Amino acid sequence: MTTNSTTTARRTAAPAANEDTPHSRIAARVGMTPEQLQAFGDEMDAIRQRVIADLGEEDATYIRNVVKAQRRFEVAGRALFYLPPAWPLAVASLSISKILDNMEIGHNVMHGQYDWMGDPALSSRMFDWDTVCPGEQWKYSHNYIHHTFTNIVGKDRDVGYGILRMDPDQKWHPYYLGNPVYALLLMLLFEWGVALHDLEVENIVAGRRSLADNKPLYPGLIRKIRRQAVKDYLLFPALTGPLFPLTFAGNATANLIRNIWAFNIIFCGHFPAGVASFSVEETEDESRGQWYLRQLLGSANITGSRLFHLMSGNLSHQIEHHLFPDLPARRYPQIAEEVREICERYGLDYNTGPLHRQLLSVARKICRLALPGRRSPEPAPTPAEQPLAA
Amino acid sequence: MTALTAEPIGRVLRSRLVAALTAPHGVDRYLEQFNPMWAAHEVRARIVDIRRETSAEGDAPVATLTLRPTTSWRGHRAGQHVLVGVEMPGAAKRLTRAFSISSAASAPGDEFTLTVRAHAEGQVSSYLVEGAEPGEIVHLSQARGEFTLSESPATPTNNHLLFITGGSGITPAMSMLRTLLRDGYDGHAGRRVTFLHYARSLEDQIFADELAAIAEADNGVTVHLRHGDHRFSEFELRRLVPDYADVDTWLCGPAGLVELVTDAYRDSSRLRMEFFKPSVARAAGDEDDVDGVVTFARSAVSGAAGTATLLEQAEELGLRPEFGCRMGICFSCTATKTAGTTRNVLTGEESSLPDEEIRICVTRPVGDCQVDL
Ligand SMILES: Cc1cc2nc3c(=O)[nH]c(=O)nc-3n(C[C@H](O)[C@H](O)[C@H](O)COP(=O)(O)OP(=O)(O)OC[C@H]3O[C@@H](n4cnc5c(N)ncnc54)[C@H](O)[C@@H]3O)c2cc1C
Ligand code: FES
Repeated sequence: MTTNSTTTARRTAAPAANEDTPHSRIAARVGMTPEQLQAFGDEMDAIRQRVIADLGEEDATYIRNVVKAQRRFEVAGRALFYLPPAWPLAVASLSISKILDNMEIGHNVMHGQYDWMGDPALSSRMFDWDTVCPGEQWKYSHNYIHHTFTNIVGKDRDVGYGILRMDPDQKWHPYYLGNPVYALLLMLLFEWGVALHDLEVENIVAGRRSLADNKPLYPGLIRKIRRQAVKDYLLFPALTGPLFPLTFAGNATANLIRNIWAFNIIFCGHFPAGVASFSVEETEDESRGQWYLRQLLGSANITGSRLFHLMSGNLSHQIEHHLFPDLPARRYPQIAEEVREICERYGLDYNTGPLHRQLLSVARKICRLALPGRRSPEPAPTPAEQPLAA
Repeated sequence: MTALTAEPIGRVLRSRLVAALTAPHGVDRYLEQFNPMWAAHEVRARIVDIRRETSAEGDAPVATLTLRPTTSWRGHRAGQHVLVGVEMPGAAKRLTRAFSISSAASAPGDEFTLTVRAHAEGQVSSYLVEGAEPGEIVHLSQARGEFTLSESPATPTNNHLLFITGGSGITPAMSMLRTLLRDGYDGHAGRRVTFLHYARSLEDQIFADELAAIAEADNGVTVHLRHGDHRFSEFELRRLVPDYADVDTWLCGPAGLVELVTDAYRDSSRLRMEFFKPSVARAAGDEDDVDGVVTFARSAVSGAAGTATLLEQAEELGLRPEFGCRMGICFSCTATKTAGTTRNVLTGEESSLPDEEIRICVTRPVGDCQVDL
């Protein structure tokens, strides 16, 4: 799969001697010379350094305010279940709380974005989120596996989550005829999918992993699932007495809404058309420049309002998140402008679009890849279809 | 509303039911949204008073801070210290330092005092002495430490007690002395207390009035204050307390004093000490070759500090620390640096903060350093 490039001026082929080195192959795909790749990496490093030097009270106040809002929505949601006519409001409030908890707070805090504050409540080592997936296990599968091996088919288990066929380079199997159905189920049960992700069921089926390898994971998983279930499906409903069924249904609905939202935002981050994937060989002995380039080519953004970015945990800036996973997410919109400008200069595609378009693109890919064949799910968009300037 | 966490409300807030309802965040994460002084498990305190101890406008002013802790404070034994977390204004970074409690042993929920010397370039100490205002909140640990007022098991209770301190090392000893006097010790049961303290100058002497009053009173406490160039000598100690090596002794002070006193005590088990400063030198400059020793404390191995990352150096020494990406993005390798200076190889930023969390895959030593691995 090739990504289109908007400039031809820089399409000077890399010197032949470098054609063989794995990392110049990815650069060559987008018409970058090794020198350009190096300079590109340095520019990214410079952004990172500048933001780190600038971190301070504003970032701290921001995340504390988000936490404050999340706690208020949660308390309000739980309280409103005592007022049966306010049921939809209670569900809405609790859904917002869970979305904020998982996305702008949980995901980002567990990336270590606020570790510099030295506040245990916002430390990646202490934090756990309001889902059935134990934060400890997620940090391994997400922070390490996914963020290190982004879009390397065969290494990044987020490519299809071991359930779906999301890349033409994944070998087709009749099992994948169910792709759309699996995707729908994964969407509805997303927190469970994330929780069970670490068990690598597909590798066990394929004989690459033994059941015994999963043993150490069970206690943490069971403890977390039990805690979440007891809280949402037993204690809080029981506390509302005769309203038990209503509260129970309300909590389940809030979890469901959060699941659907999170799934959609996350799928728009790596699976719309135009996102590149990579082979293991191409990424051996990777330079820092290529690592940045791979993160850029392997991610996609979603355009939207400030509120939308907040509710998506700024994963609407998936590109910036993948370039700088440990910088506070509130900085991504500001960084995005510079990243786009740099992309323009190097003639690199910056994959972004409104939610409906990215969603449609993802849905098409899910359906197309249910069928055999390596054909791209849709023709690679021409530069005109993907305007660089918002 | 400090009564909020008083029993029996405290018992409710610490119950399993409340823990289950507030999982995974915990009840304190909710309480703090309403009032920073509401806490069921964590400890915080409001600074209610800050008083200058020394009149000298010199380079190291000292202040005593009175703290009113949350009801979750379990009290302290004389000689213990507490970790104080201060959020530095402007930076929003919480820095944590240890301070001995200077007031007499406290019961749960009791107010207590810290006595802090402002180091010229010390971030936390100078903030607490010069910048903090009454009303501010600080984060605390429970009291900790084994440098406490307890006697050797083999010691008859009528034993002599000896305190040797220098500079701000006086604080834990002061807490012990105050505890003894508060709890009815009057020297009439035949036991003696000797308090030997070294201060840089008369102006730098803290608690001077109180110590003078104690020395004056008929209580069996002898106070010896030494100022300026007057250094500790074994000869002098032997004159003051002839059998000192058989006397329960508490020692706390700067490295020089500690060295002389430990030499005098040789292997006596009666001497116990507390250090305010990890004995690790700060290394110099920018040069690429570093002089120093890297110590991985938990595994008790060390080696010459090299230019490689701490992760690589640990591996070279045969350790297998946890890691993921090896490029500073996943935080799998985070460990606590307990002392020394390190440099982040990505940003070039150097840091000498003690008890700092670092990603060892992107951190290299700059001279001596100690990592909890
Ligand atoms: C168990 C324990 C009990 C303590 N009790 C007290 C107490 O009761 N009162 C009190 O004032 N301090 C006490 N300290 C020391 C205190 O924890 C801090 O180290 C000190 O206040 C300096 O912190 P800072 O943030 O101001 O300096 P930092 O910003 O950490 O350091 C700035 C500079 O000062 C130097 N420095 C740091 N600490 C010291 C030190 N202790 N002596 C000389 N130079 C230093 C550093 O090397 C550095 O160059 C105690 C320490 C320990 C471990
Ligand atoms: S190993 Fe990933 S941050 Fe150090």
